[in-house]
Amino acid sequence: MVTSTDVRDDGGRSATSLLYNPVLRQIIYQVLTCAFIAWLIWYAASNVAENLARANMTAGFGFLTGRAGFDIAQSAIPYSSDSPFTRALLVGFINTIIIAVCGIITATIIGLLVGIGRLSSNWLIAKLCTVYVEVFRNIPPLLVIFFWYKGVLSLLPDVRQSLSLPLSVYVSNRGIFMPAPVFGERFWLIPAALVVGIIISLIYRAMARKKQMATGKASPILLVSLALIIGLPVLTFIALGTPITFDPPVLGKFNMRGGTVVGPEFLSLYMALSFYTAAFIAEIVRAGIKGVSKGQSEAAAALGIRPGLTTRLIILPQALRIIIPPLTSQYLNLTKNSSLAVAIGFADLVAVGGTILNQSGHSIEIIAIWMGVYVTISLATSLFMNWFNTKMALVER
Amino acid sequence: MSKKLLTAVIGTALLGLTAHTASAGTLEDVKAKGFLQCGVNGSNLAGFGAQDSSGKWTGLDVDLCRAVAAAVFGDASKVKYTPLSAKDRFPALQSGEIDMLARNTTWTINRDSALGFDFRAVNYYDGQGFMVPKKLNVKSALELSGAAVCVQSGTTTELNLADYFKANNLQYNPVVFEKQEEVDAAYQAGRCDVYTTDQSGLYSIRLSLANPADHVILPEIISKEPLGPAVRANDSKWFDIVSWAHYAMVAGEEFGVTTANVDEKLKTENPDLKRFLGEEKDQHIGKDLGVDEKWAYNIIKQVGNYGESFNRNVGEGSPLKIARGLNGLWSKGGLQYAPPIR
Ligand SMILES: N[C@@H](CCC(=O)N[C@@H](CS)C(=O)NCC(=O)O)C(=O)O
Repeated sequence: MVTSTDVRDDGGRSATSLLYNPVLRQIIYQVLTCAFIAWLIWYAASNVAENLARANMTAGFGFLTGRAGFDIAQSAIPYSSDSPFTRALLVGFINTIIIAVCGIITATIIGLLVGIGRLSSNWLIAKLCTVYVEVFRNIPPLLVIFFWYKGVLSLLPDVRQSLSLPLSVYVSNRGIFMPAPVFGERFWLIPAALVVGIIISLIYRAMARKKQMATGKASPILLVSLALIIGLPVLTFIALGTPITFDPPVLGKFNMRGGTVVGPEFLSLYMALSFYTAAFIAEIVRAGIKGVSKGQSEAAAALGIRPGLTTRLIILPQALRIIIPPLTSQYLNLTKNSSLAVAIGFADLVAVGGTILNQSGHSIEIIAIWMGVYVTISLATSLFMNWFNTKMALVER
Repeated sequence: MSKKLLTAVIGTALLGLTAHTASAGTLEDVKAKGFLQCGVNGSNLAGFGAQDSSGKWTGLDVDLCRAVAAAVFGDASKVKYTPLSAKDRFPALQSGEIDMLARNTTWTINRDSALGFDFRAVNYYDGQGFMVPKKLNVKSALELSGAAVCVQSGTTTELNLADYFKANNLQYNPVVFEKQEEVDAAYQAGRCDVYTTDQSGLYSIRLSLANPADHVILPEIISKEPLGPAVRANDSKWFDIVSWAHYAMVAGEEFGVTTANVDEKLKTENPDLKRFLGEEKDQHIGKDLGVDEKWAYNIIKQVGNYGESFNRNVGEGSPLKIARGLNGLWSKGGLQYAPPIR
């Protein structure tokens, strides 16, 4: 009797338990989700194909080898209207990278200074930094861009009345015109000397560390490295007899001729992204430093370590662990915000892609390229920052 | 994300997701929703497509939208307008957001074929020109080497500019913006020396500058810009209605029928004109086109003939005061010519 009830119970449980089995249930949900996503993609793709066919349009990336036909104002590589669309995209991509890298470096420096400044015991500095953060954090980035473009840079004088600074630098509402360097024949030896200087100083550093471990004696690493890294290229430069000349800009009938120019479009985007993102980075830095427990600096003080060394060797390394992950998202934000370039006519990837989209009509392909490139840039940044994060992580024993 | 990117993405998403339903012809769609969605100029280009302070749209292109509505509904006011920048106009038409595009758009072979549109009627024959401040003392475009040139991206203008300077071996610095307002502002701020676009556009833009008299339009016309309405390709019924709405306006001018005298002309004995006004016994031109027999009458009555529209929007009756020139009737040395309505 008891046994038979047991058996029946078991049978009931195994029938329902299949439905309530968490593993199986998870698998079913996942399969359903995957199937739904696959169906959605298939549906969208077949619709696109059908619509394109109805409109007599072709899909595919083949059109990219065609002649672009339009000029681009800001290009870091040789480009003309005869270049193919692919090259135009490359120009835009390089411009995006340039703005992102410059912006990230500047934003990090400003953010670090302001973040530390907010913790300063000097009342004025702390308040100024607070005001900075609150102002820039609460304004949409597009407005910051317009502020720089329309509010600051376009108020500069006309080219014909350019502000003339020393060393043939001219500032006007068309940008900053500077002498263009013309490199001599053996100029490449100078960057080569720089690389050699860096390598030697790295080796010196490793040896000095070893010595310090063994004998406890510290060597002047910073001084020697600086001497090597700056000294070697300078010596090469003198030895080669200054293999560089400058082509200064001069005022032509319409515009400055010769020289190189940093346009107001680049400048305002660069400034805006740097200042805007710096406000967020400052907060991250402040949080990071605050996040290191007070006991750490007290212990350092008790051991007689100097305040500067305490910050550099004890507080910052621990703060970095807190800082790096949110910092990564700020870097990604800055890169993505650089697509606001289109509002002021800076030729970034989105602006150039938009022009191609319009001139060729291949919207789907261009949007796919945009998405692919931004995802790749973002993933690469994340990977690098993750690597850096693991390197910085506290090694626990 | 920028607004442009957003529009493009949404446009493409629409292209991807709304398709299966939008397979009926545009005419049926328009009739079903009860109004025409017309893509027009997004930057208040006076004379072509502009909105006044009370929200009323006027312009040569706007009149064409109204003429199509008059043909389809017998009511020229059944139009909703979508203002579009040069870059946004094509995705808007491709995705079905608008039913037709009447926005000073140049008919080119690329747009007619690869972009998936159809062009036929030309409601303004134009060409690209240059505008410079008078104080620069420039007399010809060939003197422009080294200049910074303001231009709107995503236009034929941008392409012609590159070709012209290259062909004449001149240097220039492009200063490119996506929106016309931005180009205007840059030109006025002295960011560039030269403004280039369709000559009609230059006339219109010059009027909006602080001191129109301080700017000259150079004599060179560097391109052909036949501006006309565009529709999605492979919808010949709709394509016919849009094209013939324009031709009806031109034919109206050829017949000398105006808004003021059209009712009186109904009594005509001229068989050609009778057919045009839908007065012929048992005629089926309108039916074959897919609209009412009174379609042309409604266009003339509610919108006017081509000459009236031209005069009111861009000609002598407007601040622009553009001469008829190429846009005169063929019988008066111009290029406007309506195929026979029979
Ligand atoms: N006809 C040329 C250019 C048309 C064009 O966009 N012109 C400018 C200047 S006249 C314009 O109307 N811009 C207004 C806007 O983008 O909202 C084309 O079809 O590409």
